[in-house]
Amino acid sequence: MRISPRAGERIVKVLIWAAAMLVMAVLVFIVAYILAKGLHVIDWRFLASAPSNMGRSGGISTTIIGTLMVTVTAVVIAAPLGIGTAFYLAEYTRENFVTKIIRFSAESLAGIPSIVYGLFGLIFFVVYLDMRWSVLSGGLTLALMILPTVIRTSEEAIKAVPYIYREVSFSLGATKWQTIIKAVFPSALRGIANGILLSVGRCIAETAAVILTAGSTLRMPTSLFSPTRTMAVHFYILAREGISMENAYGTAALLIILIFLINVVANTLINRFVAKSR
Amino acid sequence: MSPQPKFVIKNLSFYYGGKRAIHDLSLDIAANEILSVIGPANSGVTTLLRALNRLGDLVPGARMEGEILMDGKSVYDPDVSVTELRRKIGMVFEVPTPLPMSIFDNVAYGPRLIGKANGKSVAESVERVLRKAALWDDVKDRLKTPAMSLSGGQQQRLCFARVLALDPEVVLLDRPCSGLDPISTAKIEESLSQLKEQYTIVVAPHNVQQAARISDRVAFMLTGSLIEENRNVEIFSRPKDQRTSDYVTGRFG
Ligand SMILES: Nc1ncnc2c1ncn2[C@@H]1O[C@H](COP(=O)(O)OP(=O)(O)OP(=O)(O)O)[C@@H](O)[C@H]1O
Ligand SMILES: [Mg+2]
Repeated sequence: MRISPRAGERIVKVLIWAAAMLVMAVLVFIVAYILAKGLHVIDWRFLASAPSNMGRSGGISTTIIGTLMVTVTAVVIAAPLGIGTAFYLAEYTRENFVTKIIRFSAESLAGIPSIVYGLFGLIFFVVYLDMRWSVLSGGLTLALMILPTVIRTSEEAIKAVPYIYREVSFSLGATKWQTIIKAVFPSALRGIANGILLSVGRCIAETAAVILTAGSTLRMPTSLFSPTRTMAVHFYILAREGISMENAYGTAALLIILIFLINVVANTLINRFVAKSR
Repeated sequence: MSPQPKFVIKNLSFYYGGKRAIHDLSLDIAANEILSVIGPANSGVTTLLRALNRLGDLVPGARMEGEILMDGKSVYDPDVSVTELRRKIGMVFEVPTPLPMSIFDNVAYGPRLIGKANGKSVAESVERVLRKAALWDDVKDRLKTPAMSLSGGQQQRLCFARVLALDPEVVLLDRPCSGLDPISTAKIEESLSQLKEQYTIVVAPHNVQQAARISDRVAFMLTGSLIEENRNVEIFSRPKDQRTSDYVTGRFG
């Protein structure tokens, strides 16, 4: 039997629509399930008080602070390095042996499971450099983990900036550096920021690499050198050891809300900036 | 014609990798005149214009032979700063190329690069050049809006204003009116003829008629070589070369 082109068109449309709906449904189900199980646990006391009795009771304040500290450390280290590397690759070199090596390394690093980064961090930062289990060890390890993503997304964003912008800038008497800062960077910003956001999400959600490098203490971290437990690790331990499913879901729900909030806030800020520079 | 030409081009050849785009071209360009460089597709007109402000330097593998003197001095002289050179030789591109920023910021882009950023004088010069480019009345109430929101013709006049804001000595225009509506085209042509008192203008017109309307002198190029250069009337009424005659009468193009 032959299908008329019009019927074929409709069938394909329905299939594509169904695929999209299925993905949506799975996503909505997961989020809804976690929120349904966890949302009622979240209140001010849960947010503001420290865990007690291994996390069986009390809140999760120390893990919230730990998550933020580790993530901020990682991003503060990885963002300038990664964006700098991307500009070097995209603007300052022609394709050559060195750029190929850098790109190949970045791509290989991107494919390594996070636990391997954890192991490396444990051996190198924690033990060899004697930084112990700490916010800093965890942050550095996560920085390494997200660096390839930051490089790649930034480089793509930079390369997507139309070449003519550079020519125009040069033709108006700009130096290379002025061209990069004033003509290229603002246009690439959205893409670069998206890559960073993606990386922030990965840092917040990471367990394996942080548990090996930042530790899992429930004490409040007070400096870069304190050990800490992040929310994702907390969730993992609560669920894994069967300490409190109730609080585990609460933590998971908060993780989802946190990532959602960060995305909304960051996008609003970027939009405002881009609108101004456009 | 003024005693010293603005540009003296001597035996210029320009290569993209192994491919030669300009072949042994010599040409004087007088100050305060409008010179049109005409020729069919791929004649090397754009390459010639971009050699003057050294924008051709940016193309990987490009190479130049011969000499280009501006006011008697080679544009490749070691003590010529290329950024300064490009400020003296403004360029309007074939497609309108506003940068993704506001109308005001586009015009102020050049002056700000050299630190002329204090509010009042920049605002004044922005207004002055927008008037010269016949755009002020269109945009005076929306200087802060994105340049991309302008029509194509307005965008091109904006690019023209942006070049004038450099306070250049020379203005290069590479087919500035291709794809523009007749009104914008007329406005650009009008500003050109008013501005030649102040600037040396080299334009790649978008057709022979435009060259005839606006230029004092016309140079005809064919596959990288200069065939003929002369006063406007001469080129169109008494061309010396058969190929020039065929081209300007539309026998090929
Ligand atoms: N960036 C480049 N790399 C390689 N070859 C180029 C480059 N730019 C131009 N060329 C070649 O050089 C020759 C002259 O090109 P050019 O753009 O200067 O001609 P043109 O007279 O401006 O043509 P058009 O009418 O298409 O604008 C052409 O054969 C073109 O293919
Ligand atoms: Mg051209």
